[in-house]
Amino acid sequence: MTRMAATRDGYGQALLDLADNPKVVVLEADLGKSTKSLHFRKAHPERTVSCGIGEQNMLLVGAGMAASGYIPFASTFAIFTERAFEQMRNGVARPNLAVHLCGSHGGTHTGTDGSSAQSIEDLAVFRTLPNVTVLHPCDDVSTRILTMRLADTKSPSYMRTARNKTPVLYDDVDPESIQIGKGIELKAGNDVAIIACGVLVSESLKAADVLKQEGINASVIDMHTLKPLDGQLVDQMVERCGAIVTAEDHNVIGGLGSAVAEHLVANKFAPLEMVGVPDRFGESGQADEMLDVMKLSAKYIVAAAKKAISRK
Amino acid sequence: MSKSIADLEEMARKCRVEIVKMVHRAQAGHPGGSLSEIDLIAALYATRMRVRPEQPDWNDRDRFILSKGHASPGMYAVLAEMGFISHEDLKSYRVLGGVCQGHVDMKWCPGVDFSAGSLGMGLSFGMGCATAARLDSSERRAFVMIGDGEMQEGSVWEAAMAAAHHELGNLKVILDRNRIQNDDFCEEQMRMFDIPAKWKAFGWNVKEIDGHDMTQVMEGLDFLEAPENCNGPSILIAHTVKGAGISYMENNPSFHGAAPNDEQFHQAMVELGEVEA
Repeated sequence: MTRMAATRDGYGQALLDLADNPKVVVLEADLGKSTKSLHFRKAHPERTVSCGIGEQNMLLVGAGMAASGYIPFASTFAIFTERAFEQMRNGVARPNLAVHLCGSHGGTHTGTDGSSAQSIEDLAVFRTLPNVTVLHPCDDVSTRILTMRLADTKSPSYMRTARNKTPVLYDDVDPESIQIGKGIELKAGNDVAIIACGVLVSESLKAADVLKQEGINASVIDMHTLKPLDGQLVDQMVERCGAIVTAEDHNVIGGLGSAVAEHLVANKFAPLEMVGVPDRFGESGQADEMLDVMKLSAKYIVAAAKKAISRK
Repeated sequence: MSKSIADLEEMARKCRVEIVKMVHRAQAGHPGGSLSEIDLIAALYATRMRVRPEQPDWNDRDRFILSKGHASPGMYAVLAEMGFISHEDLKSYRVLGGVCQGHVDMKWCPGVDFSAGSLGMGLSFGMGCATAARLDSSERRAFVMIGDGEMQEGSVWEAAMAAAHHELGNLKVILDRNRIQNDDFCEEQMRMFDIPAKWKAFGWNVKEIDGHDMTQVMEGLDFLEAPENCNGPSILIAHTVKGAGISYMENNPSFHGAAPNDEQFHQAMVELGEVEA
């Protein structure tokens, strides 16, 4: 039985793991119970700064602390990070201060709160900022490892985590194989490459199983880092498979699909089909229901793969 | 603290000359707010700031955050007086590749602690600096200058609430209450009612002064440093005149963000005692 876990739990665990470094501090905006920074707060209240329900202030308190030698990890819901976009732009990214922002409950997968809580733009907006690394890991193990790696970087980051549990893919994997900026080939194929991030990585693996039954060998890539994009791996997939599908729980505009498209047009080209939220807002629904409503679930990835292959 | 009131007034006068020269040379920039803030920043740096101009990134320095980052000529003039940059550097204001970027920028100019220019951000950044100082058990302080129009940004009040909640006695704000913002007088754009009462209600120590009377400025800075006011954040509300020191700029919203022409420049130099009439 596959272990199920939420990526936000991996984030919370990583903060605890990082606590041995006295320079690591945690910033909260009244959602620590949800983003899972609460474990750090309970263990290290003196290094946790409550910013109340004030995301704009939180980002810049982080900037001031980063400029003073600290390593701030700030979290809130993905949707509310967008409220502080200009603070991230002007106060964090522009002076290149290593504030690490985590947006939990990202995507329509977050479920029944409905469209007001379902961020479908966060990856796009933060990807436009110079100096900012953008991550969206797919399971709690990789989230934990990537979060810990962020503490050693000298530039800011945005990481999206998810509210709901998804299959754990990296139990018993060598942590060295999980590096910022390096996509991971989870399944090797040569007919089509499915490049996915976050909760759609496990959906893509399901899609690959379906395709296999139909005689189509799909490669599945966990592209946990959207920026900087692992262009070398994309190039390899183009050469080997000649057809690409991207899959993300995010608007088709601006996210992983766009990042891959931007790479393809400037390099070796292949037909690309993008599975993503079809430029519309969500609604209340269970996580699995939302993946179907938004045309993100495995069957849509299967259809996109066949279409990409037909365009070769 | 060895500087006399007369010394400080002369330093501020020289800074005013540089402010007008910078904006005139660039034919762009923000003279009004630079002239209203200058007595305060000059006195702060000359008598209170624990900094090392030869080591601008010294970790235990006091921080100064010019949140109204467009009023950069005032800060650049003071940084030159203090020796962080040269007076020659002032010629780079708004020039490609220059250390004196249009808005103060920590990546470009030694002595600048925060890249401002977007209003409503400096107080939060200062709160971060003050929080870090407390964690370091350091005596360093964070001084933040904000503008009155800037208080219309909601994030200022997020920071005001949070700084008082965390009892950041090492966070000191100076409000340049010059009553004019970009488009017009503040009272026309957005009435502010009782500003001291607002800050008191947010849990801050509050004092009001005339921001151009150097004796009162020193009393105000004493207030910010007084041990009895280090139980939480403090704000010095300095009543100032936009464009102070240049007759045709004073209280004139047109000189929020406009440069003097050659004739006006000459008049300013006369009024500041730099040249004969």
